[in-house]
Amino acid sequence: MAVVLILVILAVGSVVFHLLSPWWWTPIASNWSYIDNTITITFWITGFVFVAVVLFVAYCVLRFRHRPGNRAAYEPENKKLEVWLASVTAVGVAAMLAPGLFVWNQFVTVPADATEVEVVGQQWLWSFRLPGADAKLGTSESRAIGDGNALGVNTSDPNGLDDIIIEGGELHLPVGKPVKMLLRSIDVLHDFYVPEFRAKMDMVPGSVTYFWFTPTRTGSFEVLCAELCGTGHPQMRGTVVVDTEADYQTWLQEQQTFTQLLAASKEQQQTAIASSASSTK
Amino acid sequence: MVDIRSGASEAIPLAEVEDVELYHPKSWWTHYVFSQDAKIIAIQYSMTAIAIGMVALVLSWLMRLQLGFPGYFDFIDADHYYQFITMHGMIMVIYLLTALFLGGFGNYLIPLMIGARDMVFPYANMLSYWLYLLAVLVLVSGFFLPGGPTGAGWTLYPPQAILSGTPGGQDWGILVMLFSLILFIIGFTMGGLNYVVTVLQARARGMTLMRMPLTIWGIFTATVMALLAFPALFVACVMMLFDRLLGTSFFMPAIVEMGQQLQQSGGSPILFQHLFWFFGHPEVYIVALPAFGIVSDLISTHARKNIFGYRMMVWAIVIIGALSFVVWAHHMYVSGMNPKFGFFFATTTLIIAVPTAIKVYNWVLTLWRGDIHLTLPMLFALAFIVTFVNGGLTGLFLGNVVVDVPLSDTMFVVAHFHMVMGVAPIMVVFGAIYHWYPKITGRMLNEAMGQIHFWVTFLGAYLIFFPMHYLGLLGIPRRYHELGETAFIPESAHTLNMFISVMALIVGAAQILFLFNLAWSLKRGKPSGGNPWRATTLEWQTPQTPPAHGNWGNELPVVYRWAYDYSVPGAAEDFIPQNQPGLGMPTREHAS
Amino acid sequence: MSVMLIFLAGIAAIVIWWMGQQRLTSRPWLEVGHVGHPGGGERSPIPTARIGLYVFLAVVGALFSLFVSAYMMRVGTPDWWSTPIPRLLWLNTASLIVSSAAMQWAKAEAQRGHGATMRTGLLAALATAILFLTGQIFAWRELTQAGYVLADNPANSFFYVITGMHGLHIVGGLIALGRTTTRTWNGVVTDRTRLSVGLCATYWHFMLIVWLILFALFAGWANDFADLCRQLLT
Repeated sequence: MAVVLILVILAVGSVVFHLLSPWWWTPIASNWSYIDNTITITFWITGFVFVAVVLFVAYCVLRFRHRPGNRAAYEPENKKLEVWLASVTAVGVAAMLAPGLFVWNQFVTVPADATEVEVVGQQWLWSFRLPGADAKLGTSESRAIGDGNALGVNTSDPNGLDDIIIEGGELHLPVGKPVKMLLRSIDVLHDFYVPEFRAKMDMVPGSVTYFWFTPTRTGSFEVLCAELCGTGHPQMRGTVVVDTEADYQTWLQEQQTFTQLLAASKEQQQTAIASSASSTK
Repeated sequence: MVDIRSGASEAIPLAEVEDVELYHPKSWWTHYVFSQDAKIIAIQYSMTAIAIGMVALVLSWLMRLQLGFPGYFDFIDADHYYQFITMHGMIMVIYLLTALFLGGFGNYLIPLMIGARDMVFPYANMLSYWLYLLAVLVLVSGFFLPGGPTGAGWTLYPPQAILSGTPGGQDWGILVMLFSLILFIIGFTMGGLNYVVTVLQARARGMTLMRMPLTIWGIFTATVMALLAFPALFVACVMMLFDRLLGTSFFMPAIVEMGQQLQQSGGSPILFQHLFWFFGHPEVYIVALPAFGIVSDLISTHARKNIFGYRMMVWAIVIIGALSFVVWAHHMYVSGMNPKFGFFFATTTLIIAVPTAIKVYNWVLTLWRGDIHLTLPMLFALAFIVTFVNGGLTGLFLGNVVVDVPLSDTMFVVAHFHMVMGVAPIMVVFGAIYHWYPKITGRMLNEAMGQIHFWVTFLGAYLIFFPMHYLGLLGIPRRYHELGETAFIPESAHTLNMFISVMALIVGAAQILFLFNLAWSLKRGKPSGGNPWRATTLEWQTPQTPPAHGNWGNELPVVYRWAYDYSVPGAAEDFIPQNQPGLGMPTREHAS
Repeated sequence: MSVMLIFLAGIAAIVIWWMGQQRLTSRPWLEVGHVGHPGGGERSPIPTARIGLYVFLAVVGALFSLFVSAYMMRVGTPDWWSTPIPRLLWLNTASLIVSSAAMQWAKAEAQRGHGATMRTGLLAALATAILFLTGQIFAWRELTQAGYVLADNPANSFFYVITGMHGLHIVGGLIALGRTTTRTWNGVVTDRTRLSVGLCATYWHFMLIVWLILFALFAGWANDFADLCRQLLT
């Protein structure tokens, strides 16, 4: 019976593929191993159901396929069996949902000691902003975007003046410290996605979204955009480097603050005006 | 294709159809082109849907060529790639599956299966098709207009859908897409009114709701859902048109696009997503419920056994339909909406798994102790069970809010929805065509070609989409024109992509064989007779095959039993047609 | 989306009530031979066209519920300045009410078989409905001249889009009513006339109710409700 054989091969083959597949999630680099565990539980439950159903179908085809003189049984329903199956299913579903909701609660509850880091997406570039010495991010709005102020930080907000701004460069984070990623976009939807961190969230122009995580190992990780944002979507890459505390501080010292950037841009403008003035002479 | 004898139609006594007036075609044009006969409209709908579906199939080839062999096909640049995925998705979901299940199968099967002469509003039914055709033409016109079709993804999320960074965003592409959808929705509403009211008002004597075949239950519930869900897409399309053409800011916040401050401000992109998915999630079940219904009838007929737990099946269809209106935001777990919603929507989503699982159990329990004829419709039904269970189970990953976080927007999602609302319903479409083709044409489809078509399609599609889940687990995002040099993606992933692309080409080619079979069997297929599958439902009991205009000759059928009297103990045959009064079963007559 | 969910709950209540009468818990395999009432199928005594209209009104209701839902989710954002209600709208509302009343009168006359007075009623309804539409266009002009243009502010955008959509539905109704009026011009009242006039009347009342809700919304009488919705869904 070709049909039976193929169904069995399909069920067994899927499990073998699952076990031997070289394509598996990237080694985790954040505290969200809970998410991986929930996926593993879900794989076990769903895998069992899949194999059971397909093998049952194969058995039925083998055992009850048409032979001359056969006649099907007459059985309109079996209340007991149906209720029993529905209950078992409900328990299985609950076994997946309960840990899921439990972990989701952790996912949306940001720890109080998390440092804030802002990620700004635009077509097709990642920028970052870290709070300066005052440990506070200044407010921002897209109408403020202009020369020397690519992220639209409010110049009138004193909290923003010492913010550290990284346009299109690497973001460094200290290992072992929870961070709250504040996500902002200045044009279309983007999605800040680092496969090793597991967490991701859309960035919506006009509002600030967030997620939090704790980096658990040092290394350099690639940032991808996970929400279609136009032609350059696949090219929108960035880098997050997770450092030891000492390395992080060294890196931090080398970065420019908002005030410095504003001053630099003003200087540039002046030299540009001066040079154009001298060339017209 | 369908033989309509105008002589027969004049004999229909109008008295029994009362306020439902049957129209009579007067010329060749009103017979075959501007026809108001649901059977002709069904064929028009189906052929148009299959034609546009072939376009979407070719688009999928092109995008698979790019994904499997990046760099080899210069003409598929990023812009084209995004246009291809957008058009592929929109065509498959709306212009193929919705139109085929409701406009095609709905039109053909509703009047025949409930014992009616035609739809209750034939003129609106005809308009429905012509508006659908117009919508398809407007959609296709996007390929020929400056800038090409839109490349915003089938979800059309603003702001990018109407900005210049997306192909078609500031050209014609997005406009024709929105206009086409609006036309489709208006056309669908006309058809949908027909399907619902016909089921309510035109059932033959004795055809109580609980005697209806599950096919009708599925199509009926899906139509009710579609009528309530499509307005959400309509509203979203109208508002986006205003944003794009007249500079309003429904969905447009303050934006700095490529260094330019745009005029609009304050709008909410999330509002669009709510509207879109308020339509989009029921849409999944608008496609799935007719498939559920049809596959129930295929399994029952070809296993010669009543569908197991008919009442449970009906209730499950209704409950799934109702619940699907309160799960829409599970498409938006990582959209930036209030994260507290996650708790509610994850719970409702996983609750839907229970009635859905009951349906699966009842399908396989119908096979148990059946008399399984491995005909082509049965093979496709088995393939549906396998692919639907697979795709449904991966839905439990994505519906469970926290599991969705790493998997959303990856190839896992692509694999999931293709398996569950692409492959599985298409299996039912094929099974249904092999099943009902004899009734539509009077001839069987060729068995040998059908076997090749089945095995290549089923195994090929499984081999495409099952491994694709693992690319998503690895973390490969969807909607990437090329993966590029990415550290975490191993070389083997590219090999797998190549394999998937080759399989996609093969499976696509098998569909050409299927189309050939459809045409070939029209003239050379084995004559089928009126009821080749020895089925109980009314459409197999028509006096002529193919059914003539008015379906039933002089007398409407009277229904004496439910749709599943197969292998009844004591009956002479292993099936008793619904319109047969208690034959061979004197003892059960008094049982009620 | 809370307005839409409330609307759907209403639809669900009707569906559940209807299903309650359909014996959905019966065991059909035990009911062989039973064929119900002789003569006619399993239809409800309500005319089919009327059921068709009810289903259509459910679709139209869903459409406006969704527009109102979108309005509720947008109202009160910082860039929202309410659009003033032109005084003309009161007059328009009055003419729509008169139109609806005239339809009701025409329907009653049709039931009594008074062809001539029914025709008068239909014409009165037509005229007042056209008056309403003209009034709406003047209201738009008044607003635009006062500087409340479409794209200026979301409140204006919603006002124009939703009133426009309502106006289009009235136009559609006018076409149906116009056809009915010409068909009954000879003053002979048949069953078909009664049905057509009755259907038009139902549609008219429905569009009046929709308009009154929209009017309340634009006039700001629904703001408390909007606040509540926003708290539930942001």
